[in-house]
Amino acid sequence: MTWAIDLQNITREFTVRRPRRVVRAVDDLTLQVADGEAVGFVGANGAGKSTTIKMLTGILMPTRGTVRVLGRRPVPERRHLAREIGVVFGQRSQLWWDLPLRDSFAILGSMHRLAPSAQAARLARLVEGLDLAPFLDQPVRQLSLGQRMRGEVAAALLHSPRLVVLDEPTIGLDMISKEGLRRFLVEDRAERGTTLLLTTHDMADVERLCERIVVVSDGRTAYDGTLAGLRDSLRTPRELVVDLAAPLGVLELPEGAQTVAVEAGGIRHRIRFHAAEHSAAALLARITAQAEVADLSMAEPAIEDLVREIFARRP
Amino acid sequence: MVRTLYGSRIRAQLSYRASFAADAGSQALLSIIEFLELWVILGHVDTFGGLTLVQVMVVFGLASAAFAIADLAFGEIDGLSTYIRSGKLETLLVRPVPLLLQISSLDLSLRRLGRFVVGIAMYITALVLAGFDPTPATMVLAILAPVIGGGIFSALFVMAGALQFWLIDGREFANAFTYGGNYVAQNPAAVFALPMRALFTFVIPASLVAYAPTLVLLDLPGPMLVPTWAGWLGLPVALLAWMLALLLWRAGVRRYTGAGG
Repeated sequence: MTWAIDLQNITREFTVRRPRRVVRAVDDLTLQVADGEAVGFVGANGAGKSTTIKMLTGILMPTRGTVRVLGRRPVPERRHLAREIGVVFGQRSQLWWDLPLRDSFAILGSMHRLAPSAQAARLARLVEGLDLAPFLDQPVRQLSLGQRMRGEVAAALLHSPRLVVLDEPTIGLDMISKEGLRRFLVEDRAERGTTLLLTTHDMADVERLCERIVVVSDGRTAYDGTLAGLRDSLRTPRELVVDLAAPLGVLELPEGAQTVAVEAGGIRHRIRFHAAEHSAAALLARITAQAEVADLSMAEPAIEDLVREIFARRP
Repeated sequence: MVRTLYGSRIRAQLSYRASFAADAGSQALLSIIEFLELWVILGHVDTFGGLTLVQVMVVFGLASAAFAIADLAFGEIDGLSTYIRSGKLETLLVRPVPLLLQISSLDLSLRRLGRFVVGIAMYITALVLAGFDPTPATMVLAILAPVIGGGIFSALFVMAGALQFWLIDGREFANAFTYGGNYVAQNPAAVFALPMRALFTFVIPASLVAYAPTLVLLDLPGPMLVPTWAGWLGLPVALLAWMLALLLWRAGVRRYTGAGG
C-alpha cells in the first residue's frame, strides 16, 4: 500500500509568551491516507486541523514524529511537494486581487511550468466544470465570494495535483454555490483519481465528498471510519420536523421514535428517532397516514455534537 | 517564469494610468524636495562635507537612483510581518517558487520609477557639470554604480525583511535601516561624526553606495575611514551583503516553519 499521507505520531507544540507556556496543538496524531482516498478531516475550532494541514504542506515542521506526503518530507522538500499538491485555504486568497482571474491562472501556470497546451486544456476543463466563463476576465476583487471560491479551487487544481487539500472550501457559500463546487470536486476526482483531504464544518461536504471521516479533538484522533458508522455507533438521534396542514394534538409513532415538541398549536411536530431503527421515509409514511403534511425538514446532528458525544462515551 | 511574474504586476499597475502617473509624479517630486534641502544648506556654505553643490548632486542623484532600484524590487518587504499575521505567507509557501522572488514580484511598485528617473537624471547631469573625465575604468564604474548601489540597498532591504520573522511588528525597525540608509547615502559621508561614518561604512555600507564611488569618479580625496579607493569596494560589498542577506532570509524561513535555526 502506498500512502499519499503518512503521519506517524506527530506532535506540534507552540510556545506562547506571557504567560510563558507550551501549547500542544497536535498531540501524537497518527493518520494514513491511501492513494486515491477521500478523507473528511473534521473537528471543532482549535482541534488541530489547520496545524496538521500546515505540517502536511511543508509550512510547519512537527515538533516530534514523522511526516511523509507523496513519499516526501514536506518541509525540506516543500517546493518539490508544491508541484504535486493543490491547497485551498478557504479564508485566504491565493489569487491576485487586482488582476483578472484569467491572469492569476496564467501566473500560476508559469509558476508550475505547465506546457502551454496542457495548461489550456486543463483550464478549459476547470472553466467548464466550475462555470468560470462569466467572470474569467473580471478582476478578482470584483468577484462575489462564491465566484472567488470557485476561482480558488480552480487555481489549486490547475497543475493537476495528485493530492488536493481543501481547508474549509465551502465556508460562507450559499447552497447553490456549495452544490456546484461539490459536484465538480466529485467529477474531477473520478476522472483523475486524486487523493482528497477536506476540512469542513459542513457535514454535507463530508457526506458528498468523502468515504472516510477522521474526527480530531484536542490534537488527537477521536474517530476514524465512515460517517454512517460514526452516527450509528453513537446512536445520535436525528430530528424530523413536520408542519401539518391542519393542527393535530398527538401523532401516533412507532416504537423508538418520540415527539419531543409540538409547536404552533399542533401544526409543527418535532420527532426524534434513530437511523438504525427507522428510516425517515417509513416514519414519514406513518405520519402522512394520520395527517396531511404541508412541509418537512431533517436536522442532522452537528459535528460539534458528535464530537461531544464521542468524548462523553469514553471511559 | 520570472518574466510572467513581473510582467503581470507591471500590466496591472499600468492599467490604472492616471493613478500610476500621479504616484510616479509624487515620488519624483519627493526626491526633488529632498534635494532642495541640501541646496538650502549649500546656499549658506560653499562646501558640504568637502563637496561643492554639483558634487553633492552627484552623490544625491546616484544614491537616489540606487535606492529607487532596491525600493522597486524589495520596497514592500517591510510588509512581511503583515503577511505573517494575515496568513498570506502560507499561500506563498505552498507554491513551487522561492518565497523571496514571489514577495519581490508581488509587491513591485512601479511608482518608484519616478524617484529613479529623477535620481538618474540628476546623477548624469551633475557628473557632466562636475567635469567628469572618464578613463575606461571609471566609465565602467560610473555606469555600474547605480546598479551596484541598488544591490547593496536590496540586500539591506532583504535583511530588514528577514528580521521580521523574529520581530512581531518589525516594520518600523526595518524602515529605520532602509530609509535611514537612504538618507545617509544621499549625503557626503564626511559630514557625519566618525562613529556614525564608521557605522554607515563598515556595518551598514551606505556610504559605499554613492559617496565613495563619487570620490573615485571625480578624483577627490576621501575623509578619514573612507579613502578614495573605497569607491571600488561596491561590487564585492554588494555580493557579500547579498550572501548575508540570503543566509538570514533562509534562517528566517526556517524559524517560521519551526525547522530550527
